Amino acid sequence: MKHKGRFGSFGGFYVPEVLIPALEEIEAAFDTYVADPQFLADLNDLYSNYAGRPTPLYFARRFSAQVGFKVYVKREDLLHGGAHKVNNTLGQGLLAKYMGKTKLIAETGAGQHGLATAMIGALFGMETKIFMGATDVARQNVNVHKMKLCGAEVVPVSGGTGTLKDAINDALRYWISHVQDTFYLFGTAGGPHPYPSIVRHFQTPIGREARRQCLDALGRLPDLVCACVGGGSNAIGIFSGFIDDRDVRLVGVEGAGRGLDTHEHCATLAKGSVGVLHGAQTYVLQDENGQIHETECISAGLDYPGVGPEHAWLKDSGRAQYVTADDESVLDVFHLFTRTEGIIPALESSHALAWLASQKGKLPPETIAVVNLSGRGDKDVSIVEDRMQARRGAND
Amino acid sequence: MTTYRQTFAKLKHAALIPFFVIGDPDYDTSLEIIKAAIDAGADVLELGIPFSDPIADGPTIQKADIRALAASMTTAKALRFIKAVTDYKPLPVGLLVYYNIVYRYGPQKFFNDFKAAGGSSVLVADLSIDDEAEITPLAEAAGLETVFMVTPNTEAERAERIARKSTGFIYTVSTLGVTGERQSLSETVKPLIKRLKGMTDTPVCVGFGISTPQHAKEIAAAGADGIIIGSRLVKIIEQNLGDKPKLLRELQAFLTEARSALSLDV
Ligand SMILES: Cc1ncc(COP(=O)(O)O)c(C=O)c1O
Repeated sequence: MKHKGRFGSFGGFYVPEVLIPALEEIEAAFDTYVADPQFLADLNDLYSNYAGRPTPLYFARRFSAQVGFKVYVKREDLLHGGAHKVNNTLGQGLLAKYMGKTKLIAETGAGQHGLATAMIGALFGMETKIFMGATDVARQNVNVHKMKLCGAEVVPVSGGTGTLKDAINDALRYWISHVQDTFYLFGTAGGPHPYPSIVRHFQTPIGREARRQCLDALGRLPDLVCACVGGGSNAIGIFSGFIDDRDVRLVGVEGAGRGLDTHEHCATLAKGSVGVLHGAQTYVLQDENGQIHETECISAGLDYPGVGPEHAWLKDSGRAQYVTADDESVLDVFHLFTRTEGIIPALESSHALAWLASQKGKLPPETIAVVNLSGRGDKDVSIVEDRMQARRGAND
Repeated sequence: MTTYRQTFAKLKHAALIPFFVIGDPDYDTSLEIIKAAIDAGADVLELGIPFSDPIADGPTIQKADIRALAASMTTAKALRFIKAVTDYKPLPVGLLVYYNIVYRYGPQKFFNDFKAAGGSSVLVADLSIDDEAEITPLAEAAGLETVFMVTPNTEAERAERIARKSTGFIYTVSTLGVTGERQSLSETVKPLIKRLKGMTDTPVCVGFGISTPQHAKEIAAAGADGIIIGSRLVKIIEQNLGDKPKLLRELQAFLTEARSALSLDV
C-alpha cells in the first residue's frame, strides 16, 4: 500500500492478506484518476446531470422559528435516489469502470447505499449484488424493491442482528472469494484504507458547496455545522468544507436509540472504546473481551457499532464534537420538520435535526446553523407510522 | 517447548494440524474434543478464540464462534484452556485470532499470557505484514514464534517479506476464499506450495478448504510441512452436538485416517 491511511492513530487497513492486492489496486487507481481531467469531466457531468448537483442551501424559516435560531438546510435529500449516497456511488462506480471492473458489490443498512449502488450498476451496465441484513430487508422494503427494479440482486444476511454490521461481514467474505473480478463499493467513510479517504473525497462537494452558498447568501460562515453520523460519510462530506475554518463548530449526531444507559443504541463515539473493526482502528461498541455489541436504532442507516476513523480522530483532537439524539426525539422532530417545512426528512438526518431542536433556548437567536439533510424520509414513512401507533398504544 | 521447525524436522511426514474454536460447543466438551484430537495423532494444534465478526470465516466456523460465545467463552478463559491443553501434552499450539481480541486484552499482556499458557505463535487474521511492527516485537519479547499468511494472490516479493518475518511457519491459504469445506482442492494450491518452497526454508503449512484425507495427502506430496484441517472437523462437532460419544468417535476416525494418509506418503 502506498499510503498508511491514518487519521492520527486511527484508520489503517486491518484485513486478511487476500484483500491487500485488491485494496492496493483501488488505492492506485484512485491516486491516478482523482486528478485525471477526463475522469473529472465525466464525474462532474454525472454529478450535475444525473444526480442533480449542486443541491440548494435552504433557509428553513418556520423550523427556525420553532427552535429559536437560524437553520439552513443542505438539501442532499433532493439528489437522485434521495440521499447523499449517490455522490459516493457515482465516484466509486466511475472508478470501477475506469479500472475495467464489471461487477459491483455493496453493503447497505437503510437501503440508500444499496439503492445508490444499484442505480450506478444499471447506469454502467455492471452486475450488482447488494448485501443487506435480514432485519433491514424487512424494515426498508421499499428500497429493496427499488434495488431489484434496477437489476441488482439483494442478498439478505441473517447473521447477528441482521443489520449493517452483518451485511458488511458478508460483503467482505464474498469479496474475499471473488476479489479478482469484483469491485467492493463501500458505502461509508469507514472500513479499511483507502475507503475512508475515497468516500470522503467523493462526498466533499457537500461541504464545498455549502461553504460557498453560505458566503454568497449570508456574507459569512455559519456558527455551526451539524450532521448525523452512522459510518460518517455525509458528516465528513459537509465537515470537510469547514474543517479549516476554526471558528465553525462541527457537531456530529449519533443514534441514542432507546437510551445511552441501555445497550440499545448506536452511539459509537459517545459510548464506544478504541478497537479494530472492519479493517479500521476506530471507536467501536464492544464488551471487555473485544466482542462487538449489537446495536439498535430507529434508523437503519445509523445502526452500526463502528464509525469512520476520521471521526474518531476529529473527536480525539477536539475539532468536532459528537452528541446523540434518541429515537423519541427523532420521531418528534421528524413530525415537526415535516409540518413546518413540508419536507419529509430521513430518520438518519432527523437525528441532526433533533439535536438542533434540543438546543432551543441554549443557542443565541443570531446563531446560524447549517444542517446536512442527508436524505429524504419516504423510505421511513411506515416505520414512523408503526412507532407512532406503539406510542399511542403506550399512552392509552 | 520445541519450536515448529524442530517439530517438523522430527516428523517423517507432514504435520497433521487440526483447527478448533476454543470452547466449541462449550468449555468442557471442547477440551475433550481437543484431547481426543491429540490422542488421534495431532502433531500441532491451531486454535481460534471465538469472535463476533469473523470476516475470514465461512458459515461452519462462524457457527462454531457463535456456539462458543453463547457458552460464555472469554479471552481469559481461552488462555486458561490453552494451558489445560499444553498440560495434557506439550505440543506446539498456534493461535488464529482477530485483532480486536488481542487489541482489547492489551497486545503485550496477551502475548505474555499466551506464552505462559504454553502457546507457540499468534497469527492475527486481519493484520497483514504491512503492520507486523505492531505485533512482532511484542511477540518476540514474549518468546513466541511468528506466523503470517500468504494467499494465492500474494506477489512474489511480498511473499518473500512474509517468509522472512515468519519464524514459525508460513500459513498458506490454499484458495481465494474464506474458511470452509471444499469438494476439491483449488488449482492454485500446489503451484503456490512449490513457489514458496523454492523461495524460502521457512516451513509451509497449508490451510483453508482441506476436507479429506486425500486432500491432505496431495498437499503433503506437493511439499507442505503441515496440513491444517479446520471446517471439516468443526462440521463433525456441528453434526453431532446431541451425541458426544459419536462426535468423538467420528472425529478420531477422521483424524486417524488423515494421519495414516499422511504417513503413507513417505
Ligand atoms: C439518508 C442517510 N443519511 C445518513 C446515513 C448514514 O450514513 P453516513 O454516516 O455514512 O452518512 C444513511 C445511511 O444509510 C442514510 O441513508
